[in-house]
Amino acid sequence: MTSGVPIAAARGLCSCHVCQLVSRRAPGAQVAHCPRCGARLHFRRPGSVQRCWALVIASYILYIPANVLIMMETGSLISYRKDTIVSGVVHLWKTGSWMIAVIVFIASVAIPLLKLFSLTLLLISVQRRSTWNPRQRTRLYRLVEAVGRWSMLDIYVVTLLAALVQLGSMATVKAGPASVAFGAVVVLTMFATMEFEPRLIWDPVQKEEFHD
Amino acid sequence: MPDRTAQLIACHDCDLLQRDIQLNPGCYASCPRCGAVLYRNATDSVDRTLAYTLAAAMVFLGANVFPVFSIEVQGDRSAITLFEAVLSLWDQDMKTISLLVFFTAMIAPAVELLSFTCLLLPLKLGKVPPSYPLFMRVLQFIEPWCMVEVLMLGVLVSLVKLTNNFRVIPGMALWSFAVLTLLLAAAAASFNARDVWAQLDAKWQGQGEP
Repeated sequence: MTSGVPIAAARGLCSCHVCQLVSRRAPGAQVAHCPRCGARLHFRRPGSVQRCWALVIASYILYIPANVLIMMETGSLISYRKDTIVSGVVHLWKTGSWMIAVIVFIASVAIPLLKLFSLTLLLISVQRRSTWNPRQRTRLYRLVEAVGRWSMLDIYVVTLLAALVQLGSMATVKAGPASVAFGAVVVLTMFATMEFEPRLIWDPVQKEEFHD
Repeated sequence: MPDRTAQLIACHDCDLLQRDIQLNPGCYASCPRCGAVLYRNATDSVDRTLAYTLAAAMVFLGANVFPVFSIEVQGDRSAITLFEAVLSLWDQDMKTISLLVFFTAMIAPAVELLSFTCLLLPLKLGKVPPSYPLFMRVLQFIEPWCMVEVLMLGVLVSLVKLTNNFRVIPGMALWSFAVLTLLLAAAAASFNARDVWAQLDAKWQGQGEP
C-alpha cells in the first residue's frame, strides 16, 4: 500500500529531534541513540497523543477559574475595582484605551482559545486517522506553536502594575487568584503544543503507522 | 555500504525524506509537501550570531540593572527594576507568578545568551566547544520560554494603563528591553543549527576521531 512518497520512517531511517541527523536504525534494537549527538531516537514521539490530551484537558479545567476569578484588584481613594480578564478588557475599551483593549483581548482571550480548540481539533483528527487537508492542519499547528507565547502578556502586565503601584501610597493594585490559573493555562498549553507530534498528521495519508 | 544519510534530511513536520541542496545567500529550503522551513542558507551564521549575542548580553545587563519605569505621586517618585517587581510579587504571596516571570523574563534569556556564547565563541576560535551536545539541547529547550518580546509589549501596555492615573517616567531598562528584543530576534534568526552541526562534524573528523 506504500505510495511513491519517500517517508523516512518507512525506510527505517530516523531523524534526530535535536540535531536533525538522519540515521539508519536497526530494526530489532529496543533503544537507539543518535550517532552524532547521543539523543534518544524515536520514529514517532512515544505517547504523544495521550500526553497532549492530558495537558489539553488540564488546561480546559484551569481555563474556568482563570476567567471566573479575579485577575486584578485596583483601588484608589475614589474607586475600587475587581476585574476578571474579560471585564478588564471591557473596562479598557470603555475608558477609551481601545488599542490596548484589542491587544489584551487578542493575547488573553483569543490566543488561549485558539490554542485549546486547535489542539483539540488536531488531536481528534489524528486519533481518527483523518486524511482531511493535512497541509492546512500542519499550518494550523505551526500557527499555534508561533503565537502561544503571547498569552503571557497579561501576566507581565499584572506583575509590573502590582509591583509598581504597591510602592505609591495613594493607590493599590493587587494580582488576583485568576492570574495563577491563567499562568498555568499558558504553561500547560505550551507544553501540550511541544508534546504534539505533527508527523502523525501525515501518517494516515500514506496509510502507514509507526511507533516509538 | 557507504553511509549516504549525511546528505539526507527528513522534514520535522511530515517526515518526508529529501536530499540536501546548496542554497544561495538569504534563501531557505522548504518542504514541498507540508511547507515547513527545512533549513536556511548559513552565510556567516556563526560570526553574525556571536556578534548579536555579545551585544545582547551587554544590553541584557542594562535591562536588569536600571529601572523599567517610575511613577510620580505628589512629588513622591518610585521606580522598580524587573527583579524588584519579581521580588515584590513574591512578597505579595503570588509566588507561582513571581517564579514564572523570573524564569521566562530573566533566567531563560540569560541561559540562551550564555549557551550561544559557550557554543559559538570556541567555534569561532577554531576549537571544539566542550560538551556541545548539551548546549545545543539547552538552546532548543529554552528557546520557546525566552519571552523578552512579550515582556516588552507587557511593559508598553502597563505604561499606557499607568498614564491614566499617574505621571510615568520611562526608565533606562525600557529602552534596553526594546533593543534586547531586536538583538535576540536577530541572533535567533541568524543562528543556523544545521551549519553548526556540520562544522562540529568537520572538526571531529579533522581530529581523527570517530
